[in-house]
This record gives sequence, structure tokens and C-alpha cells, in this order.
Amino acid sequence: MVGGGGGDDSSDSSPYPSGEMLLSVRDLRVVFGRNSKHQRQVVAVDEVSFDVDRGQHLGLVGESGSGKSVTSLAVMGLLPRRGVKVSGEVLFAGENLLTASERRMRAVRGRDIAMIFQDPMTSLNPVLTIGTQLEEVIESHRKLDSGAARKKAGELLEMVAMPDAGHRLKDYPHQLSGGMRQRVLIAIALANEPRLIIADEPTTALDVTIQAQVLEILKQVVADTGTALIMITHDLGVVAGLCDSVRVMYQGRVVEAAPRRPLFAEPRHPYTNGLLASVPRLDTPRGEPLTPIPGSPTDVLSWSKGCAFAPRCPNRVDECEQTAPRLEESGARSLRCYNPVEHARRGVSA
Amino acid sequence: MTIPLEPQHATGVPTARDDDEPGVSLWRAAWRRMIRNPAAIAGALIVLAFALVAIFAPLLAPYSEGVQDWRGDVTPSDVPGPRDGNLLGVDRYGADLFSQIIYGARQSLIVGVVSTAGGLAVGALLGIIAGGLGKMADTIVMRIVDIMLSIPSLLLAVSIVAVLGQERKSVMIAIAAAQVPIFARLLRGSMLAQRNADYVLAANSLGLRRRTIVMSHVLPNSLGPTIVQATLNLATAIIEVAALSYLGLGGGDLAEAEWGRMLVAAQDRFDESPQLAFGPGIAILISALGFTLLGEGLRDALDPKGRR
Repeated sequence: MVGGGGGDDSSDSSPYPSGEMLLSVRDLRVVFGRNSKHQRQVVAVDEVSFDVDRGQHLGLVGESGSGKSVTSLAVMGLLPRRGVKVSGEVLFAGENLLTASERRMRAVRGRDIAMIFQDPMTSLNPVLTIGTQLEEVIESHRKLDSGAARKKAGELLEMVAMPDAGHRLKDYPHQLSGGMRQRVLIAIALANEPRLIIADEPTTALDVTIQAQVLEILKQVVADTGTALIMITHDLGVVAGLCDSVRVMYQGRVVEAAPRRPLFAEPRHPYTNGLLASVPRLDTPRGEPLTPIPGSPTDVLSWSKGCAFAPRCPNRVDECEQTAPRLEESGARSLRCYNPVEHARRGVSA
Repeated sequence: MTIPLEPQHATGVPTARDDDEPGVSLWRAAWRRMIRNPAAIAGALIVLAFALVAIFAPLLAPYSEGVQDWRGDVTPSDVPGPRDGNLLGVDRYGADLFSQIIYGARQSLIVGVVSTAGGLAVGALLGIIAGGLGKMADTIVMRIVDIMLSIPSLLLAVSIVAVLGQERKSVMIAIAAAQVPIFARLLRGSMLAQRNADYVLAANSLGLRRRTIVMSHVLPNSLGPTIVQATLNLATAIIEVAALSYLGLGGGDLAEAEWGRMLVAAQDRFDESPQLAFGPGIAILISALGFTLLGEGLRDALDPKGRR
């Protein structure tokens, strides 16, 4: 059974014009709440633009509340309709998903774009076997008899290196470990060979050794299938191992955008720099304190009065507190800062 | 003082437990928790005994239903109490009291089960409509349910019997109708809670159809409290059957034994012959207690907080 209506198959057969991005997000803005006496609007995401090409892996990095998850939900059209205003453009293969009907979105979700959620403990239905849940997704987007769907489900579990894949189909989620559940979620996301996978902190709920395993599997399957990936994370280590390019978000806006290597070698925004400096390193002498970014994110509306990062910024200049900086493009990189970190003096490679 | 670390205490760690063999569903795990609960077992045994008594009444009762062979022994001033041949004595019409109580289980069970099943079916349907279809359906259904809830359930049942006429069918409809709002509200509430669950968001992100999400994700995860409530409502239904009969609205064949009607007959002779009231009274009490214990046991077994 095909999940949506008649026009669904057209996008499959007609490849988009060359040069067009798989996903192109333009000036995405998400506002929660209505403006009234009792309620204040909260701008969760603002001026967010990025492109993801076929097979490309993009990292969206930021701390809690930076708007990265809201961005992904907006792309999927999964934000509640009431009390949330989404503007801008989300072009998927040229089609603006923000104006697409709910019916059309149901056809896109899971088939063209799939999502892997953060918490594998709660993202699976506890009363259904994982086999049933896999089959349900497979059958919802194409015509397959249940035997074929079951076979496909077994293959998907093998793809994500599930130990004893054949027998696991009959298991319920509570019988699997966190790492195995996350593999199931990856398998479910892959079920209909989507062109884009959005992974929202897929390893955050797992312990460190399992994180590495799951990332390795994710890396493997996206490489094998040529799927484009948006990796949402607060962990720069994850980005370093997986992504071609990175958007660093702070308080709902992109503060720095760069390909992976230049970003890690020469982080220009003080926030990016602080994030990198705060990662504990094996070569730091024992007893040396870690290097945190001082303070914590303040108000979500804080871009209205200058740069939101200014209160925590070591490079702060007077201008920062007057007007919010714009995202300036230079070559392959973009930066939202008046006084970026200079790298002649910093010496990252040392 | 050291606390011995028994195996069941050690299961606070989320590792494999005895419940966690392959293919053990949540329902089966709940079943295993329930059979370890003595109160639930006691409730289940009472319910089982009650059902067996109702089904095999002709075999268990010493005399047939409605046989009033001892009419001659009953005088306005004296109803024979327990004696040889009549374990609990005879009732005011000269029938064996023990046999009448056994046959009375049939009425209570049939009316209780049918009316609860009816209430559950209609209530669950309304609950699914309210909890699964969306805001508009929710508002309409829940306002109707609110109106029903604003009438005390017994009063509602009494009015329905009064309108439909005193038949057993109308008693069942009346008791079922009184239960509909309870089930509708409960199921809607747990469905709304489940709609915000992560796996429902995940299912949405996979483009599953709304019907699939409601029927195979939201609904099965919301059924626990409703099943518990159904068991508890059986106890209420049995009491309400008796209450309606007691009020003279029980309907049905007057020759059929019915606990509520037996209580009415007993009340004006309570001083002289209390056994007439105690027999059916205790029967009502024990059967209601059985369903309540079973319901509580089910609730404990299905309660997510009880799981580790």
C-alpha cells in the first residue's frame, strides 16, 4: 500500500535538474507562541540556511536550546501546527516542504527523508516486536506482501550488524540493549532507502563504547547506500568523524558555517573556538583544568540586542552589544562575528 | 543490619531479567507479575469460582430454581432458618435459600458481564474517536460524555430502565450506558498521553498513516488502564444490578433468583430472620470483592511504574 495519494510517484521518477540541491533550507524561522499580553514569543530558529547535496553529510552543532532539533522537526514538518509559526523555505529536490500538504508530507517522510531520534529507549513502540515495526514502515510506502516485507526486515537488521538478526525480529524493544535499539532505529530509517537521513543526536543516550559502534554502523550504511545525512549533535567528535561540512548554531542562529577540515583547523567564531577548546584532549597534562565556555546561554530573544554570544565571548568588542552581526560569506565559509579568532597567533596544530 | 540482596531486588539494574526471554511481550510480562501477587490470585480465584458457580448452578444447587416446596413451613411470623435439608434455611416463598443464592449468581454474572462489555465497547469507540481523530471530534464527543457524567450513574440507569421498561435487556442497557462515559474518558485520556510519546513522533517521522499510528501505536499502549477499569466496573455492575432490583426495577422473570430482589424480600423481616439478607448480601460482597481484587492486581501488573 502506498502511503499517500496519486501524485506521489512523480518525484521518484523525475530526477531533479542537475545543480539543484537535494535539500536547501532558506531563511528558516520558527517562532513559538503568539504575541500577546500573557505570552511572549520565542524565536527558536532564525535566519537558518543550509544546503545538503546528494550523499553529502552535514553536521548541525550546538548546545541544548540552540535550535538544532527544532530545525530538523521543521524540515520534516513535524512541529505542531498550533502556536508555531514556521517561515522561510525548505526545498527538497526543488519542492517547498513548508507549503506541502500533510498528505504529501506523509509520503515524503520515511520514504524520501527519514529521521533517527535521540532516545532509542522511547522511540520504539513497546508493545510491538521490532519485526512488526520494521514491516509496518516497509509496507507503508510500497506494495509488498508480508513475507517479502519480513525478509526485507531481516536484511535491514543485518545491514546494521544486528547480532543474531534473524531471531531478533520476534523480540520486543525492552529485550534489546540501548545500542541494539539504536541499530533498530537506524534500520527503520533505512527501510525505504531514503535520500536523506536526519539523525538527531543518535548517540547521546548511549554510553561511550556503544556510541562509537553505532556511529561506525551509521557511517557504514550511509556510505553504502549513498544517503545524504544531517547529523545533529553537540559532540564535535561525532562531526569530525562523519561530516563533510558543519553549521555551528547558537541561540537559534548559524554562527559559523564551514567545511569540516577548515573548521577544525581554524575555528573562526569565538563560540566554535570555545567548543573545540573545551573538548578534553588526551595530550593535556594531568591535573590541567578543562577549558569551559564561561556562562550559559541566556535568553532566546537575545539576538535582538546585539550578538547573543557577547556576554560569554572573550573576543567581545563594543559593536557586539549594539547590533547583531550578520552572517558574512567568504569563500566556502560563513561567519557571524565582528571580531573573529585570528589563527596566526593561535597555532591549532601544535 | 545488612539487607539480604535477594535476586528480585538486584533487578534494579536494567539487565536481562527472567521476563526478558525472546518473544516475551509486555502482556506476558504483566501476566507473570500478576501471578506473583497474592491479592490478584485471590481475586482471580473468587472470580473463577463465581463464574463456575453461575455456569454449573444446576449441578451445584441442591434444589432447582424456583422450587417452593417448603411453602407450608413459612408463616408470617416465622421463616425457617438453617436446618436439615436446607443449608441456609428457606426464603419467604418457601424455596431453598442456598439454591436461590447459587442461581442468583447467573443473573449477576450475565447482566454484569454483558453490560460491562457493552459499556466498554461503546465507551472505547467514543474514546478512540475522541483521542484519535482530532480536535473537533474530541470536543464533540467529550462534551456529550461530560453531560452523561453530570448525571449520577445509578440515577441514569434508573431513568433508562424507567423509559425502556422493566426488562432484563433494559437493565443491561442502563448499566452499560452508565459505564460508557467512564471508559470513553479513560481511554481518551491515555490516548492523548500516548500521542506525545516519542515513538508516536518517530512513527510520524516515518510517514505512517494516521490510522496505523492510532490503531497500532497509540491504542495498544493506552489499553492497560481501560482493561483494569473494566474489571473494576464488573464489580460496580454487579452491585448496580442488585441496586436496580432492590429498587424494584430489576425486571426479568420473577421466578428467576436475583440477589437484589432477595435483599428486598429480606428487609422487612431483618430482625427475625437476618439470614435472608446475609446470604445474598455476602454473595454480592464476595463477587464484587473478587472483581475488585483482580482489577487492582491487573493495575499493578500493567502499571508502567511497577516495571523496571
